[in-house]
Amino acid sequence: MANNQRIDEPTGTETVGHEWDGIEELNTPLPRWWLWTFYATVIWAIGYVIVYPAIPLLEKGTEGLWGWTSRGQLEDSVADVAEDRAPIMAAIADTPIQDLPLNEELMTQAVAGGAAAFRVHCVQCHGANAAGSEGYPNLTDDEWLWGGNMQEIEYTLANGIRHPGAPLTRTSAMPAFGRDGILSAEQISVVTDYVLSLTDRGPANAAGAELFAANCTVCHGADGGGLRAFGTPSLNDAVWLYGSGAEDIRAQIVAPRHGVMPAWEDKLDPATIRMLAAYVHSLGGGEDFMEVAQPADEVDGEE
Amino acid sequence: MSDTQVQEKVTGHKRFERNVTLLGAAALVTVAIGGIVEIAPLFWIDNTIEPVEGMRPYTPLEQAGRDIYVREGCYACHSQMIRPFRDEVERYGHYSLAAESMYDHPFQWGSKRTGPDLARVGGRYSDGWHVQHLIDPQSVVPESVMPTYGFLADAPLEFEHIADNLVALSYVGVPYTQTDIEQARQDVIGQADPDTAPGDLVERYPGAQVRDFDGDPDRITEMDALVAYLQVLGTMVDVNSAAAQEVLAEESGR
Repeated sequence: MANNQRIDEPTGTETVGHEWDGIEELNTPLPRWWLWTFYATVIWAIGYVIVYPAIPLLEKGTEGLWGWTSRGQLEDSVADVAEDRAPIMAAIADTPIQDLPLNEELMTQAVAGGAAAFRVHCVQCHGANAAGSEGYPNLTDDEWLWGGNMQEIEYTLANGIRHPGAPLTRTSAMPAFGRDGILSAEQISVVTDYVLSLTDRGPANAAGAELFAANCTVCHGADGGGLRAFGTPSLNDAVWLYGSGAEDIRAQIVAPRHGVMPAWEDKLDPATIRMLAAYVHSLGGGEDFMEVAQPADEVDGEE
Repeated sequence: MSDTQVQEKVTGHKRFERNVTLLGAAALVTVAIGGIVEIAPLFWIDNTIEPVEGMRPYTPLEQAGRDIYVREGCYACHSQMIRPFRDEVERYGHYSLAAESMYDHPFQWGSKRTGPDLARVGGRYSDGWHVQHLIDPQSVVPESVMPTYGFLADAPLEFEHIADNLVALSYVGVPYTQTDIEQARQDVIGQADPDTAPGDLVERYPGAQVRDFDGDPDRITEMDALVAYLQVLGTMVDVNSAAAQEVLAEESGR
């Protein structure tokens, strides 16, 4: 293994100087382009370590000369978009919701923005087409549990329904007439029959009417039309949240299920909530502001 | 090789090649450098967690739910790590903070999102939605490919030894108190059973939600535990509070 480097004749390349049993190794130089690229990456890496956060220290990494942070980058990208949207968002947030429909252009923008937010936050329960499903109200019809004008919808969005921990959330609870033994099984059957009769699916029975008047009208109204103060559904139309069959109604009287909607106030900004209200209102069943002037607006011709 | 070559002065790399002790010592030093670079930061990694208000250990019920989450392999499809990108914060909420998984052993950051990120799923859906979605995901999200987990609603939660879980976690740094450990079983019942008084549960675990989670108040099921865990995810730290924003605004170097 002595130093007997020499030029290999056939190739003209220097050998490394090792020789085992007559076998020698060529010391072919690295391609220049490769070598210079390698040096360039070394220099680039040194620069990177200096200007970007790189070297881990006790509390955090070195800050880097350029002061880049991933969070700062996020802030910038959010700010860029926010800046573009700022005039519209500010206008929507500053316009009292009653006046929003008066400004046609702003209303159009609000509905479009609401549609986008709806796809992110609302479709999981209310469905992609806002038609709901069992237990999740249909937002495209004119049946509203808690009120269907934009202000009421906005309130529902912000504070939710029966949302645990939200102080202003809409709330009500139907007693579990069966589970808690308020009514006997027989009485529940009678009331169920009476409720069916409200939609002409059976004969009205006097006993049922009596029980209904004593137990149900205080929340559901004398005609079963529902009261928005309690978010009670109307029982005299074709819209049923938990099923329309006798068994479904019976189950609901025995041990009622209650819908819960999250409060979005602390998750979304006020302008987005207002845009969502505009979008939901625009889906077909939105009510005008005049209609809610009377608190106990009864069935408006729906059946 | 001739004699003269053997006696030639040995320098540089050749000394290492010919002296096995020297080679061994040098190899040890070289490997030790790599080891120190990788291992040493672990001793002060806790320093890198930004201080934020509100973090508390999981209640025993939430911890039991977390164990079910791990058992069922939810992490295979759901991450719990909102990265600081606009598309992520607009969809999932404020980006995750290191402090928010400091009591997670093991953490559930995940690396695969077949389903959505769950780091801030708490409070976004109702309990009833979670139960229905776990029983039949397609009933609420028709395009979902999530498997069904309806059996959780039928499986009674086994929490006979929940206190031992807390003890084990306290060994790795989760600050459960002696009271927490002694009352662990009672805390599970108190949080999930509406008919049992929760005692001082909420004082020891601020913000703990006490209710029947699975819609079946008569018994405590694995569904109760899992939903309780899902409903607390990402809700402990008020990331949008002024104090938290101030801390984050001073951040640099990452």
